[in-house]
Amino acid sequence: MTSDERLPVKRTAKLFIGGKFPRSESGRSYEVLADDGRPLGYAAQASRKDLRDAVVAARAAQPGWAGMTAFNRGQILYRVAELMEGRREQFRAELSDAGVADPDRGVDAAIDRWVWYAGWCDKVHQALGSTNPVAGPYFNFTIPEPTGVVGVIAPGDRSLLGLVSRLAPAIVGGTTVVAVASETTPLPAVSLAEVLATSDVPGGVVNLLTGKTRELVPWLAGHMDVNAIDVTGVPEDLLQEVEQLAAENVKRIHAARDVDPFASAAQSPYEITALMEFKTVWHPMGA
Amino acid sequence: MSQSAEIQPSDRRPVLSGGAEAHRLVMHAVAVDAVGLEERAASLAKRSIKKSSKLWALDLAIRCMDLTTLEGTDTTGKIVAMCSKAVRPDPIDPSIPSVAAVCLYPQLVPVAVEQLEGTGVHVASVAGAFPSGLGPLDARLREIAEVVELGADEVDIVLNRSLFLGGRYAQAYDEIVASREAAGSAHLKVILETGELGSYDRIRQASMLAMAAGADFIKTSTGKISVGATLPSALCMMEAARDFHRQTGVEVGIKVAGGVRKSKQSIQYLTILYETLGARWMTPDRFRIGASTLLNDVLMQIDKERTGRYQGRDYFTVD
Amino acid sequence: MSEAIQPTVQWEYAPAPESTEVVRLEETYGLFINGEFVEPKSGKRYVTINPATEEPLAQVAEAGPEDVALAVDAARDASEGRWRQMPGSERAKYLYRIARQLQERAREFAVLETLNGGKPIKEARDIDIPLSAAHFFYYAGWADKLEYAFPGRSVHPIGVAGQIIPWNFPLMMAAWKLAPALATGNTVVLKPAETTPLTALLLAQVIQEAELPPGVVNIVTGAGDTGGALVDASVDKIAFTGSTEVGKRIRRSIAGSGKRLTLELGGKGANIVFEDAPLDQAVEGVVNGIFFNQGHVCCAGSRLLVQEPVFDALIEKLKARLQTLRVGDPLDKNTDVGAINSRAQLEKIEELVAHGVDEGAEIYQPECVLPDRGFWFRPTLFTGVSQSHRIAREEIFGPVLSILTFRTPEEAVEKANNTPFGLSAGVWTEKGSRILWMAERLRAGVVWANTFNRFDPASPFGGYKESGFGREGGLHGLEPYLQLEPVDA
Repeated sequence: MTSDERLPVKRTAKLFIGGKFPRSESGRSYEVLADDGRPLGYAAQASRKDLRDAVVAARAAQPGWAGMTAFNRGQILYRVAELMEGRREQFRAELSDAGVADPDRGVDAAIDRWVWYAGWCDKVHQALGSTNPVAGPYFNFTIPEPTGVVGVIAPGDRSLLGLVSRLAPAIVGGTTVVAVASETTPLPAVSLAEVLATSDVPGGVVNLLTGKTRELVPWLAGHMDVNAIDVTGVPEDLLQEVEQLAAENVKRIHAARDVDPFASAAQSPYEITALMEFKTVWHPMGA
Repeated sequence: MSQSAEIQPSDRRPVLSGGAEAHRLVMHAVAVDAVGLEERAASLAKRSIKKSSKLWALDLAIRCMDLTTLEGTDTTGKIVAMCSKAVRPDPIDPSIPSVAAVCLYPQLVPVAVEQLEGTGVHVASVAGAFPSGLGPLDARLREIAEVVELGADEVDIVLNRSLFLGGRYAQAYDEIVASREAAGSAHLKVILETGELGSYDRIRQASMLAMAAGADFIKTSTGKISVGATLPSALCMMEAARDFHRQTGVEVGIKVAGGVRKSKQSIQYLTILYETLGARWMTPDRFRIGASTLLNDVLMQIDKERTGRYQGRDYFTVD
Repeated sequence: MSEAIQPTVQWEYAPAPESTEVVRLEETYGLFINGEFVEPKSGKRYVTINPATEEPLAQVAEAGPEDVALAVDAARDASEGRWRQMPGSERAKYLYRIARQLQERAREFAVLETLNGGKPIKEARDIDIPLSAAHFFYYAGWADKLEYAFPGRSVHPIGVAGQIIPWNFPLMMAAWKLAPALATGNTVVLKPAETTPLTALLLAQVIQEAELPPGVVNIVTGAGDTGGALVDASVDKIAFTGSTEVGKRIRRSIAGSGKRLTLELGGKGANIVFEDAPLDQAVEGVVNGIFFNQGHVCCAGSRLLVQEPVFDALIEKLKARLQTLRVGDPLDKNTDVGAINSRAQLEKIEELVAHGVDEGAEIYQPECVLPDRGFWFRPTLFTGVSQSHRIAREEIFGPVLSILTFRTPEEAVEKANNTPFGLSAGVWTEKGSRILWMAERLRAGVVWANTFNRFDPASPFGGYKESGFGREGGLHGLEPYLQLEPVDA
């Protein structure tokens, strides 16, 4: 080893739960390979207990996140874009390893998606809420509210843009998220977690689990304290079981399957309200 | 005095220690939601009162009626005729009861007292600078005492809205207490003039104030402004009377007046009364309707119910 | 507390029965498929009764899977045929026709609704039927304005919707389902509730008279099996209103099928009364919240949360008010509380109430004479109820109110939200800022502040949590029947 050869410090790819980076409580990890078969290292293999902890963290963080002003949430989401920009080389390399054909385009689109959704935080209520002209002396309005805790299963391909396209609209509206990253290409998600951890997103608002999709997803779908589930990344053959499990607490099920994440359809305020509830409030008008 | 056997002299006294307590009473009155109140009144007004229950109600409406004339043009002759109608509303049908009282201006009290001697029909006089209530207090109290002296069994005075709306609740209360004293054992009806109070919260507060000060009745209106009694304002007063009874055990009467012209309205008020204050209020001791033209409409309706024919106005006396 | 008011005069309201002459019942009813009434291939029929007298009203077809398939085929043909191509402005006119016909025949519908369902005629007359007509009017107007409803999106009908509705508001639920589905260009197979099919079948006649193209609306009567067959049929969407249990079953049974779903399920609404509330109106709201339609209301205010300082006053008022409720013949115009919809429902209410007594809650029921025949239950209050009691957690769907107390706004919110349901909530207070604070925190799709159980076609309605998902009414009620695509796609 010559003096100008420095041994690089490798990152341990950990889980992201409640704003912290624990290893899996199970002590397991699994090897991550590049598209060309090169070993890239190991990722934590989350267990159902890690998932349980993540849901607890998401639930605890939810009222605080929803209670922030919409302006504030918008600032924080924009900050995510800023920090991603600073790490674009890392993301580009990870996407390249993951076999994404045009990694620069993927990183650009992911950053721009945060910017686009950041701006929706203080507009979605205006754009998609309503005041309702009821036939009587009542003031009546309808506003979207966060549904609570949402489970997100990120698409297997497009490991960065696909994940961002599911995460960003979820947290715009004040829900908190437990996300399961792409099983085969989890590293961009781990890097995204590191960005989120340093961009004023309160701990627990986004929780990211790496591991085996088939092991984790049924526990997420059946969890009684998860209010909605985005099944975009659920493998076709697992979908029926997931939707059956989701019935137990009447989870909202949302998906944007077969949507090209670069297409205009991939970003929409209706993706935000899909994970929100519309609440209608009545009050009499009388002197 | 034409005090009837069944109606006792008033023994109402103020229930509060004084004006300061009255001020607190008003400030802490239970709130009223206007829309909810109006909806409740409208829903009760839709009760379907038919056949025997309607006849019973129409009979009670007459027995609870204060046959009223309060015009500058009133003459002795008009009062004589009205008293005759008050005693025998239908000259050819003795089953029709007498009304509760006639209600008139102070100067005409002696005429009515003479006409109604021994009939059981009461004489009610407005007093206290009716309808504004803004004369000098001495003069108002003197007027009250004087009409009682002249033989009035009941005195209808007005709430001092100037004081009340100005937030001077203690003084408004003290004035009613003084009026109560001046009226002696005559029944005191305090007119709130609900059409001038601006909100149901105010109607409720004024009701509590007047009841606490010793009113035998609280009354909706003078009949001298465009807005008279309404179903929700009456309901609001009845709800106040219900709470006052719950809190003190005292049963204060309700008088609706101003714009009550049709039998249907009188039945609606009776229905609201029945379902709010209950059966104990279904008596002239606890409920009055002040009206001039209502009586003929009730008589027409009674005839319609009995004969099955719609009636014509030429068959009923105009007095 | 003073002595109770003793009646000196009982004013008996003479009977004021609404005439049933306006209703002309058929002896038997077929299925409404492809614009015609047809015999069921299943060959099965059942008798529908008047729950207030237990007398039979008519024979109704029980659709089997083959019948349901025919109805879905008819709807599919209609969906792919001229209904989808028809300009919205023309679709609108059919809906306006239906709305007008409902108004024209309001009395007939109201009497029939009361006969078949047991609800007081005053409610059928003043609420169910007018709101049903209004719903068609409201959505008729949307049919040619959909491009203004969803900015940035083009809208497309889903196709064929299977719709399953409950027995508590038979015609109104049909209107809530049909009007938005038709306005958005879908076709429909509707299954009315087993016990209350008759107004839906009368509506089928209206639809015929309105000359709606055959197959656009098909109505198949029957019980749970018929509903199951509809869920399994080749429809594109299921819209269900009913119990949470059945809702979950439907969710499981269509899992993975790609069928879209909206559910409007049960509830255990909290009606929260603060010490500064307009008390007399709050009492009316509480009464309306739980005794409206015999408490057969998914958004009923079945839990009353009272702030401790006004507990005694409120309970005293409430008990006195219950004494004035007129329970009995639903056809009498003065009846406030009618018949329980079915024997099965009555037994469920009785079971839960017995449980409440066993659990140690204190029961109060006013004195009232109930008719000898038919299904009846006295208006009932429970005090001394704990959060853990079954009567505080399970939907009773009857005239039974569970009363709890609280001390602070935080505690009220916590108790109100401490349920798997999330359909409705009520708040009674004079303090504006507290209303908004509460409204923001209550996890319920509808929050009534200083009122309760108000409905309007323009007002979106639907649940949080296990009370279901999707909205009915208003602009938001269009979305469950549309596919939204980017304008530039």
